[in-house]
Amino acid sequence: MSVIHDGLIITKRQLLQLSRVPEVLIFSTIQPVMFVLLFRFVFGGSIETAGGDYVQFLMPGIFVQTVSFTLAGTAVGLAEDMTKGLIDRFRSLPIARSAVVLGRTLGDATLNVVVLLVMGVAGFVVGWRPTSGGLSIAAGFLLLLSFGYAMSWIGVFVGLSVRDSRAANGLVFIIVFPMTFLSNAFAPTSNMPTVLQYVAEWNPVSTMVAGCRELFGLPNVFGVTANSWPSQNPLEMSLIYMLIIMSVFVPFSIRKYMKASAR
Amino acid sequence: MADTIIAEDLVKTYRNGEVRALDGLNLSVPEGSVLGILGPNGAGKTTCVRVLSTLLTPDSGRATVAGIDVIKHPDQVREVIGLSGQYAAVDETLTGWDNLVMFGRLYHLGKKSAIARADELLEQFRLTDSAKRPIKTYSGGMRRRLDLAASLIVRPKVLFLDEPTTGLDPRGRIDMWNVISGLVSEGVTLLLTTQYLEEADQLADSIAVVDHGKVIARGTADELKDQIGGDRLEVSVHVDDMNVAAEVLARLGGEVHRDEGLHRLSIGVTNGSAVLTEAVRGLDAVGVKILDLALKRPSLDDVFLSLTGHAAEEEVQS
Ligand SMILES: Nc1ncnc2c1ncn2[C@@H]1O[C@H](COP(=O)(O)OP(=O)(O)O)[C@@H](O)[C@H]1O
Ligand SMILES: [Mg+2]
Repeated sequence: MSVIHDGLIITKRQLLQLSRVPEVLIFSTIQPVMFVLLFRFVFGGSIETAGGDYVQFLMPGIFVQTVSFTLAGTAVGLAEDMTKGLIDRFRSLPIARSAVVLGRTLGDATLNVVVLLVMGVAGFVVGWRPTSGGLSIAAGFLLLLSFGYAMSWIGVFVGLSVRDSRAANGLVFIIVFPMTFLSNAFAPTSNMPTVLQYVAEWNPVSTMVAGCRELFGLPNVFGVTANSWPSQNPLEMSLIYMLIIMSVFVPFSIRKYMKASAR
Repeated sequence: MADTIIAEDLVKTYRNGEVRALDGLNLSVPEGSVLGILGPNGAGKTTCVRVLSTLLTPDSGRATVAGIDVIKHPDQVREVIGLSGQYAAVDETLTGWDNLVMFGRLYHLGKKSAIARADELLEQFRLTDSAKRPIKTYSGGMRRRLDLAASLIVRPKVLFLDEPTTGLDPRGRIDMWNVISGLVSEGVTLLLTTQYLEEADQLADSIAVVDHGKVIARGTADELKDQIGGDRLEVSVHVDDMNVAAEVLARLGGEVHRDEGLHRLSIGVTNGSAVLTEAVRGLDAVGVKILDLALKRPSLDDVFLSLTGHAAEEEVQS
């Protein structure tokens, strides 16, 4: 299939960029590792969690936070290609319309594989020990990669709409940062004001984190929302969120790409 | 010969019709020839190129490239065109070689052919020495050459170059002109845009002067010059001789233009050299000493000024 062929060439270009400017890869792995260490040692003592020490609770949260920021990576990359006129050039080539954005999202997914691997090792070093079986752990990582991939497609839309890499980065931060903190990622929601607990309950970040905790063998504890459907079925809810994101943003983003214009 | 590029009544507006980037633009480029689109900043040159190269859908109008409808079959058009936009569009973190191989692969060349073609183009554009350096380290001229090379990978029949020398120093510009002339001799149909009158004169078989999204004049450089009344005879004389000389010149041609500061008189002439001798004789007969005498072809700048009422390189407020 020529879409896949062309898409993979774009992916390869991105990996080649990473090898030419290794700093990008280094910083995009150092940052989450730094988060692991900071939360583990700075807040570790003061946040009370059920079912073991804080690092078990924390790791799924940081994993989800990290893959959520794929949105920024994709958006910034495409905004940059846009301002540099590369999108125009790609669009003048006889290649499939979805190839460029497909290639970019696959590249960012590949980057996520590396980042998750490094984070997993860092977590292990500071005491993270998932207690479920190998299959469940693998499923957990697959879930994380899929969520990152879905976020990446939102990033395509944002990057092609904003058309400026700094603006794209700024926009993503003001959306994704609150989302990751208004969730169960770093502390149990049961200590939040009641209203926020309801917000956090439906936050896809929360359902993702709860789903990962389940897959890594950790019990989930909720406050007032303990009996709600998303709290009871975080995995199903996460899959539904991904489905919604993909079915909205894949067609939208491809349309956006076809009409994209550097100005 | 058939026209390879045809545009009919292209209209493209922005901001709900407030800005008419293309306002009924018509043009045609015969196979194997070079059309220069000449116009100031904001005239609509880039918009025109973007429509013809399938990047932009016009509000109305029709265009074909190599017989293919640009709006109905953009995919087929992309198979036959090469585009080098107003700014070099290459991946700056990658090397020149990386870029050309990548674009070759995207044109569906096999790995080996993509590499062979990249090497060939780097050689042709004198970039072999910097092939393995990131584009970031290239000069403006080198970037443009690489960008042009990228648009030539599959030897397109039709090539669009949007302001190929804007921002280059004089050496880079002459370099680029040589490269472009070389391509033209290989028979490609070329549409290029420029703000430089000299450039259009140098490279194009035919020139379309564009202003406010319309073609306002069309022809060869010579034809355009003739449109504003052929040559001008300019005579400089001593300040005391101005009136006498003006009387002599008035008998030779039309209206005499007087430049009091430079003590210069000029008239429009059609048969330049004949009038030149007559003028010398006539002035000699009345005892006027000629300080300087010249028969001037109008520059394309003069053409632009007389066609549009504003100079070519003047910024249009946006
Ligand atoms: N995306 C856009 N949005 C709004 N106005 C635009 C856009 N693109 C071009 N224009 C306007 O259309 C006119 C023609 O622009 P352009 O084709 O870029 O001219 P040129 O290439 O001759 O300098 C200008 O007035 C420009 O400001
Ligand atoms: Mg332009």
